[in-house]
Amino acid sequence: MDIALKKSLELTAQKARIGIIKSIHSAKAGHPGGSLSCVDILTYLYFAKMNIDPKNPKMANRDRFVLSKGHAAPALYAVLAERGFFDPAILTTLRQIDSNLQGHPDMKNIPGVDMSTGSLGQGISAAVGMALSAKHFGDDFKVYTVLGDGEIEEGQVWEAAMFAANKNLSNLTAFVDYNNLQIDGTIEEVNSAMPIDKKFEAFNWHTIIIDGHDFEQIEAALNEAESIDKPVAIIAKTVKGKGVSYMENAVNWHGAAPNDELATQALDEIYARLAEME
Amino acid sequence: MAEVKNVATRVGFGTALVELGKKRDDFIVMDADLAAATQTGMFKKAFPERFYDCGIAEQNMVGIAAGIAATGKKVICSSFAMFAAGRAFEQIRNSVGYPHLNVIIAATHAGISVGEDGATHQCNEDIALMRTIPGMTIINPADETEAKKAVYAAIEHDGPIYMRFGRLAVPVVFDDDYKFEIGKGVELREGNDVTIIATGLMVKEALEAHDLLKAEGINARVINMATIKPLDTEIILKAAKETGAIVTAEEHSVIGGLGSAVSEYLSEVYPTPVIKLGVNDKFGHSGPAVKLLDEFGLRAVNIAEKVKRAISLKKQ
Repeated sequence: MDIALKKSLELTAQKARIGIIKSIHSAKAGHPGGSLSCVDILTYLYFAKMNIDPKNPKMANRDRFVLSKGHAAPALYAVLAERGFFDPAILTTLRQIDSNLQGHPDMKNIPGVDMSTGSLGQGISAAVGMALSAKHFGDDFKVYTVLGDGEIEEGQVWEAAMFAANKNLSNLTAFVDYNNLQIDGTIEEVNSAMPIDKKFEAFNWHTIIIDGHDFEQIEAALNEAESIDKPVAIIAKTVKGKGVSYMENAVNWHGAAPNDELATQALDEIYARLAEME
Repeated sequence: MAEVKNVATRVGFGTALVELGKKRDDFIVMDADLAAATQTGMFKKAFPERFYDCGIAEQNMVGIAAGIAATGKKVICSSFAMFAAGRAFEQIRNSVGYPHLNVIIAATHAGISVGEDGATHQCNEDIALMRTIPGMTIINPADETEAKKAVYAAIEHDGPIYMRFGRLAVPVVFDDDYKFEIGKGVELREGNDVTIIATGLMVKEALEAHDLLKAEGINARVINMATIKPLDTEIILKAAKETGAIVTAEEHSVIGGLGSAVSEYLSEVYPTPVIKLGVNDKFGHSGPAVKLLDEFGLRAVNIAEKVKRAISLKKQ
């Protein structure tokens, strides 16, 4: 991997983390844990992979992204803002009554959001529909989606997986943000979907297991996906709350906002990391 | 008198799809393993490469349709009303309705006239469910002619549409000159004593009721309300003012359907007696469709009875 690109992505992902913390702190609500676990994947997609144009967010042949785990909206918004789809200053209006930044992604009113999501299991079907549309109408765009590891307990995910393989949607890549925590506990405690890779393989997908915080591995997996004539599931092992020490692997930070003191602590940690990088 | 032709509205839907397919190739048709029954099979046969079967997975089908629409393309997805409006309700609400996408949900086998399959397949709740979704358009054609014209209009429409078709072959009421417009009720018979507002297969019954009542000296206006949402409030208000009493007739639960829509509107702007004819808060059961329509009181004679009650409630 290009060293300069890697460094730039690492910096961007830290800046996006600042956006996540600031927006959720400001909203006094939101989902920091699952936003921080998938933000590196989103950073790679929006800064190194997808054919998109922030000046023309509805560009017809753009690559599409569907945040199937819609509650990680703060990560998507932070990355879109960093990428130039809208002013990062509005991130702190998240969830407020006069803001377009809804608690979950809203494609009608937020530049860069390709699909409204939030009800788990539905985003992957929409991503499948986009991939089918591209194949059917001869468009060459690609479709990416990120699922939660808890989300894949929804039956609709497997309906979508079955269809995507049956129709050979090789233009579709789905990440599973495998942070091993959902609201009520660990994935195994609640209702294990493990082994995740074997399940997707059983549905005739190609699977790749990576560290979801390692840009080199994300890049390698996406490159591999392009050479495969099947839909590809990238099982990304991640840490819930990654990058904020007290949130890491802590289930209580699934859907809670940090208070002033903890937000400052989180931001101080990220700023220190940024200073080290620069 | 010309012989009356009986054709199911689902056949009108399938026929229209094929006609559309000959004229344009910018849309996809999907089904959930019921193509032979919903009649998307007609399109599948004519244009196999433009038809996608989602298998028995209606929630995913609706989500896929949303994704196709999100890329700016037209899509029609079809299943039985029970599994489209019922099973996939939340997908229609969140993936189609909320982002206001151009998805046509073509639901066949609506209502009690499904017949022999029984209660699990007789959906009398779909209009109620779909009405609660902001921005959803609901069309319930009366016959084959209207079904075809509604499909042609729907493909040009901006925003989600729920179309309701029946399994049972029903008389063709309209000829090819019939003008269909989304959101417009059509006055089929004049009359100033009372108004019958009917939808779907009850339109034919309403026309018969008009004749029955005429023999008794009652002049009943008959309105065909194919579009249940957005409701043609103009024609309803005019009817309420001019006739003073209304009977609604639908092959759907009396809770939440056309009768509810008309009542909700009039109660706020021009309180008028509204008597609702429909399925009375109970499940259906197996049996021939025509016998079920008799048993559940969805006939011209039943409309005529309701009309007399409505007239008795008129303000002096």
